[in-house]
Parts: sequence; structure tokens; C-alpha cells
Amino acid sequence: MQSVTVSRRNGLSGLAPLLAQHTRLAVPAVALAAMVGFSVILQPRVMSYFGLTLLLRYSEPLLFATMAQLCILTVGDVDLSIGPFISLVNCIVSVSATSSPTRCALELIGCVIGYVIMGAFIQVRALPSIVVTLGFSFIWLGFALLTLPTPGGSAPDWLVSMMAFQPPLIPMPILLAVMVAVVGDILLLRTGYGAILRGIGSNATAIQQAGWSLLIGRTVLYGAAGLCGVLSGLTLSGLNTTGDPWVGAQYTLLSIAGAIIGGAEFSGGIVSPIGAVFGAGIMLLSGSLLSFLDISTDWQLSVQGGLLTLVLALRTFSAWGVR
Amino acid sequence: MTSPNVRQWVSSNAWVWSYAGAFLVFVAMLPFTSGHGVIQTTQVALQFSTFYVMVGLGQMLVIALGNGNIDLSIPGVITLGGFVGLGAGGDGPWGAATAAGATLLVGISAGLVNAIPVRILRIPPMIATLSSGFVFQSVAIAYSRGASAAPPALLADVTTHRSAGVPDLTIIFVFLSVVVAFTLRCTKFGRTILALGQNARAAGLTGLRVGPTITFVYIISSTFAAFTGLLLAASVGGASLDMGQDYLLFSIAVVVLGGAAISGGRASTAGVWGAGLLLVLSVTLLNVIGVSVGVRFLVTGLIIVLVLGLANRRA
Repeated sequence: MQSVTVSRRNGLSGLAPLLAQHTRLAVPAVALAAMVGFSVILQPRVMSYFGLTLLLRYSEPLLFATMAQLCILTVGDVDLSIGPFISLVNCIVSVSATSSPTRCALELIGCVIGYVIMGAFIQVRALPSIVVTLGFSFIWLGFALLTLPTPGGSAPDWLVSMMAFQPPLIPMPILLAVMVAVVGDILLLRTGYGAILRGIGSNATAIQQAGWSLLIGRTVLYGAAGLCGVLSGLTLSGLNTTGDPWVGAQYTLLSIAGAIIGGAEFSGGIVSPIGAVFGAGIMLLSGSLLSFLDISTDWQLSVQGGLLTLVLALRTFSAWGVR
Repeated sequence: MTSPNVRQWVSSNAWVWSYAGAFLVFVAMLPFTSGHGVIQTTQVALQFSTFYVMVGLGQMLVIALGNGNIDLSIPGVITLGGFVGLGAGGDGPWGAATAAGATLLVGISAGLVNAIPVRILRIPPMIATLSSGFVFQSVAIAYSRGASAAPPALLADVTTHRSAGVPDLTIIFVFLSVVVAFTLRCTKFGRTILALGQNARAAGLTGLRVGPTITFVYIISSTFAAFTGLLLAASVGGASLDMGQDYLLFSIAVVVLGGAAISGGRASTAGVWGAGLLLVLSVTLLNVIGVSVGVRFLVTGLIIVLVLGLANRRA
């Protein structure tokens, strides 16, 4: 069974993957450009420093959530707990960041360690990530509700003012997006260990036989995902200025959709950090575009879910074409 | 002397563990309830676990298909089924029947919406059902605008009435579970599901009707979920937008804790009941002790993760 998969993967070498690699990035890039263009036509005021800052206001938490999901997708897993995890970080920050920064920092480190444990557990017990992360989503939510039973608390001033910081010429969200894309691209696609990590997603047995530890690989990626999750929660706290144990719920779907639309393959091993940044942008703009079109935001979830299905369907069709 | 036999039987019937666990939690609960409290608590636990079993049965069939098949649209379908069912119902003499008809329609269409991307577009079931689930949720939001109709009197009665102390719903769904178990074991359709889970390629080459089976299983799962929504909404007097939320985890948890293989090919209807009781009794125990919502979520999550970690021996 294993050898069949391997040979099929090898058989793809040649022109096809090169083409696939470029469409993988081109599709989200073109889609995002079209959405921005459409937004500008509908609402010309978008195309200004202030307009862009406003339009991309909630991009940072989504960006980091998508990167967290990307780390997990790299090994062929999926993370259904990232939303509640972001809520947990938001609650911790709102409750203790101002009064006792040390405790807050320790708790956030504990959160990242929690993610590492989750990854190790999945690897050691050979469990399906989908069930384990669902179980953990209750654990994060439980902790979030224990930290902050009802919405309240406040984010520290330094965090709020950091999120409100306006650099000259280029709005903060765009600067940050470029930074995240570059760092992610270098770490995952241009380092030797990045290749090993992706290898775990496409052929774990081969990586193991080459002498690499699957346990370390998986925990490194889960740890990175936890770190991104913490960053997502921090930026969300700075934007919302308050805590809410349910605030992160939407990020589970959005992060999966963003990463996959951005070119990641659900089977693992194939990811694109730059594409994921585009994907996150598409997910973010889908909401604003609806309101520009004067369509009720009731349909936002439909559009986001529909976009995900559409992109995957297009991918299937293009695979038919290559064949 | 019989212990090797017993051990062998237990290892091939992993569902007994869920009953053992449920029994232990029940015993642990006894000191906290006094006298008639035990009967009442058991009745409520039965009632709630019936709702878990309703979604669990459908999820069990989908998971038994193997190859990554899973239905993550269940919360969305529950919400949509609840709102549309009650909306179509009303006070008239045919209220309950209309509500049931509308719910059935929701279930069948939701199942088709799930099955088409999975089968024709070859989208991984997890992603396909996750995104369709959000579409259902948003249709429910748009349809309801947050407001829910009151349940028809007959439906409200069915969901709260007890015969000889046992909730009517429990009796109905025990019967349905027997039907599901029989279907899995003794019909070609059921055997096809299990064969697909064990080896999809072999099942296809044998000439089994693979495609229609998959479509039908998704329809069954969505229909169970839609009726869960209707009955759940009827039992509490109205639908709400977050009513399906917990059922994503629970529908999968009852299947996996009940001894079915998450990779497919092995299912246990009895285990779904055992695991449903285990989960509900654990939550009831926590409620009786009087812990906060946070602790309840935390412990439920821990139970699921730990039982899964202990039960799933490495292949």
C-alpha cells in the first residue's frame, strides 16, 4: 500500500508539479487582487492609507491563526482547536497582563507547551489529529472559561497602542503580512529542516528511515503553531481591548480555509506560507466585500465555506486537465 | 480458567469498556444523590444521552466508511433542522407532521450537499463537510433572524413524555439503534459500508455499489442530525443558533469511545449508547458536585482525550 503511494508521488516529477506549484500561488494571488480591485471599485475610499488600515483591521489575528494552521497542515494533520486556543490566550491576556505580567507570560508559555504536548500525544499514540484536537478544543475552552467566565477584563495599554501604531507610508497590516510571509517562506521552504518537516507530511516512513525523529518534528511544528496561536490571541486582545471566552470560535474555519485556499494540500507535505497570507486576506476581505455589496452579513459564513469548496473543486478540475 | 476467553471476547468487543466506565461514574454519583434523586438523575441522563446517540448513529456510519470520511456538518444541520422544522410546524393539527416532513427534507438535502463534493469533486470529506456545515449554519442564521417558532404541542409531548419511567425518545431510539445494527450486520448496504472501510479498492473491485452507498450514508447522517435538531428544539421550547455547538465533538466522541475504529471498517451501535451514557453521566456527576462550566468543558475534553489515548493501542 505504502509503495503504491510512493511510486505515484515520484511519478509526478516533471512539468506537472512545476505547473501545479505556480497555479497553487497564482490562484490565491489573482483572487485576492480581484477582491481588492472589486472593493476599490465599490468603495474608492479604500485606496488610501487610512482606508486600507481600516479594511485590514482584523487581519493580524487571522494571519497568525492561518500560520498556526499551516504548521499543522504541514505534517498532514488538521487543528480544530485553534479557535478556542485563541480565546484562551485572549482571556489570559485580558485578566492578568496588566496586573501581573510575569504570571501572564508564564501562562502563555504554558499554552505553547500545551500545544507541544498535544502534538507529542498525537505522535506517540498514533491518534487521528482531528479527534484529538477536537478533544483539546474543549480543554482550551474550559481553561478560557475558568480564566474569565464572562466577557470582561482589559488588554494592557502597551498592547492596545502597539496595535494602533501607524508606520509611515505603508499600513501596519501590510508590513506585517509581508514579514510573516517572508519568515514563513524561509523557515518552511528554504531551510533543510523545513524540508524534513514537510517530508513528514508527505512520507513519514521515509523521513524516519533517514534517521529523523518524527516526534521531534511533530512537536516542533505544534510548538510553532502554539506560538502563532499566542501571537494571534495577543493581536486580537490588542484590537478588542477586552477578553471574551468565545471570541476565537470563528478562527478554526477561517484558518483552515485560508491555508488551504493559499495552496496547502490537506494530505500534508505541501504548504505555501506566501499563499497562506493571500488566503488569509481573501477570507478577511470576503466579509467586507459583502458589506460593500450591501448583502447581509448573515451570509458571510456561506461565502467563506463556499469559497473553500470552490477552490478545492477548481483544484480537482485542474488535476483532471493535467492528467 | 475462563480468563483467556473473557480477555479475547473483551478485546474484540471494545464497547464493553464504555459501559464499564458509565457504570463506574454512576456508582461515583450515588453518594451525591439521595433516594429518589437517583431515578430522576438516571432519567435525565437517559434523555440527554439519547440526543448524543441520535447524532452518534449517523456519524458512526459515516466514520465506518473509512478513507477519511467524517461528518463535520452536524452542528450546522442540527441548527438548520431545528429552525426549519419548528418554522414549518405551527399549531395546527398537522403541525408535528409538517415539522417532521420539513426536517426530513433538510436532512436529505444537507446529505446531498455533503455527498456531492465528497464524491464528485473528490474534496476531502473533512473539509467538504466543515465548509458545508458553515453554509447550513449561515442559512439557519438568515432563515431565523435569531427568532424561533414554538414547537407543535404533539412534538413537545413526545420529547418530554415517559412510558414506565423511560423517556419515549429513548425507547424510539433504542429501536432505531437495533435497526441500524441489523442493517450493518445483515444487509448488503451495511456490509458494503464496512467493506469500504476495510478496503475501499477491494470493495470497488468486488462490484459493490460504492458511490450510492457513500451518498446514502451521508444522507442518513444528515437526517439523524436534522431530527436531533428538531427534537432538541422541541424539548426546550425553541431552537437557538448555538444549539448544535457541542454536538460536533460529542458525535465523534461517542463513536470513538464506543469502540469503533476511527479509520473505518468497524462500528459498534451498542458502544454508541455506552459512550453516550458515559459522557452524560460524567457531565451529570460534575453538575451534581456543582463545578463551573469551565471545569465541565475541561473534564469532558480530558476524558475524551485520555480514553482515546489509552484505548487506541498502536497498530
